[in-house]
Amino acid sequence: MAGAKEIRTKISSIKSTQKITGAMEMVATSKMRKAQERMQASRPYAEKMLQVIRHLAKASPEYRHSYMAEQRELKRVGYIIVSSDRGLCGGLNSNLFRRLIATMKEQQAEGIEPVFCTIGSKALGFFRRFGGQVEAQVTNLGDKPHIEDLIGTVKVMLNLFENGEVDAIYIAYNEFVNTMTQQPKIRQLVPLQATDDEDRPTGPIWDYIYEPDARVVLDNLLTRYIESLVYQAVVENGACEQAARRVAMKAASDNAGELIDELQLVYNKARQAAITQELSEIVAGAAAVG
Amino acid sequence: MPMTVHVDIVSAEGAIHSGLASMLYAPGEMGELGIAARHAPLITRLKPGDVRVEDEHGKQEHFFVSGGMLEVQPDIITVLADTAIRAENIDEAKALEAKRRAEDALAGQTAEFEYAKAQSELAEAIAQLRAIERLRKMRSS
Repeated sequence: MAGAKEIRTKISSIKSTQKITGAMEMVATSKMRKAQERMQASRPYAEKMLQVIRHLAKASPEYRHSYMAEQRELKRVGYIIVSSDRGLCGGLNSNLFRRLIATMKEQQAEGIEPVFCTIGSKALGFFRRFGGQVEAQVTNLGDKPHIEDLIGTVKVMLNLFENGEVDAIYIAYNEFVNTMTQQPKIRQLVPLQATDDEDRPTGPIWDYIYEPDARVVLDNLLTRYIESLVYQAVVENGACEQAARRVAMKAASDNAGELIDELQLVYNKARQAAITQELSEIVAGAAAVG
Repeated sequence: MPMTVHVDIVSAEGAIHSGLASMLYAPGEMGELGIAARHAPLITRLKPGDVRVEDEHGKQEHFFVSGGMLEVQPDIITVLADTAIRAENIDEAKALEAKRRAEDALAGQTAEFEYAKAQSELAEAIAQLRAIERLRKMRSS
């Protein structure tokens, strides 16, 4: 019966694994819901800001902030890469990195050098192995990221841009399409791309009273706007992480279930074989004696 | 009944307040502001301090902001609140901190606890691999 006993221990170990993956799935489900709420909550701020920025850009056309300037010729570009801190979330991070590398290869063929800022420990680990110039990083943001933790990283990139060391800044993160689908996305942050101003209301032209003056206000708004975009990306990526983990854990639980069924079958067969063998031995023994 | 104006207080991490008010008091950079309905469009930076919203019954609600922007239009007032204390030198310090972290992480001269963490991660990965191998063998047999 040695074989049967071994199988039994295996079954119980898989069962405990299944319990863990099942628990992780449930935790991810509840965290995902909260992350989605955070995602929704961050939208009004950025929308409102964009509205004001658009108005300001229209109202004082003589002042063009460098973030809103025309696209320079690209020589070096900065990437802010948003990843998760923990693994066990399927191909979420690796899909993003693969997409990123493909884009960078195209750019490298044109002689464009990348510089990185990483958010989340998976991105940091990846670029540590991959090589490349990592200018700033932040990890361990937790489930509730705060904009305060991101200010430094964003600032490093913006400083590089202002000093002319990079000619554009991109952000790479996972887009939350729905609970089953997450898509890696690379988006240009700076210079801000011109949007169609079709929504401009026709009517009497008016302008704000500025305190202290338009430039200061615009500078402040732009920095905050970019930070809020990065924050949104981080929150969205967080929701993606939980969704991906939920799917991965569900698959793992299902696999464990299948495995247990198979093993159970093997176990029953082994047990049956042992009993049959014992019986035939007894019968043979009895026959020999008789 | 006094005229009312819609007030939204939002931060990057979520909406804080939304509702009608007859008056709003805010700590503007150039001085304390009191804004009633139909105020001329205005935009200003806010200092850290108390934003007070007074509803039509004269009841006041207080919100602490650690800075931000105030945008006023005749029928709507928006406070874009910061959730963090901001100042040029603090931001700069944070940027330096982020840079230093990156350098530390890449130089491999990390603190000891991180070494321990890496080791435990490695052990975990090896255990996982072993488990997978065992399962494969079992399946093939």
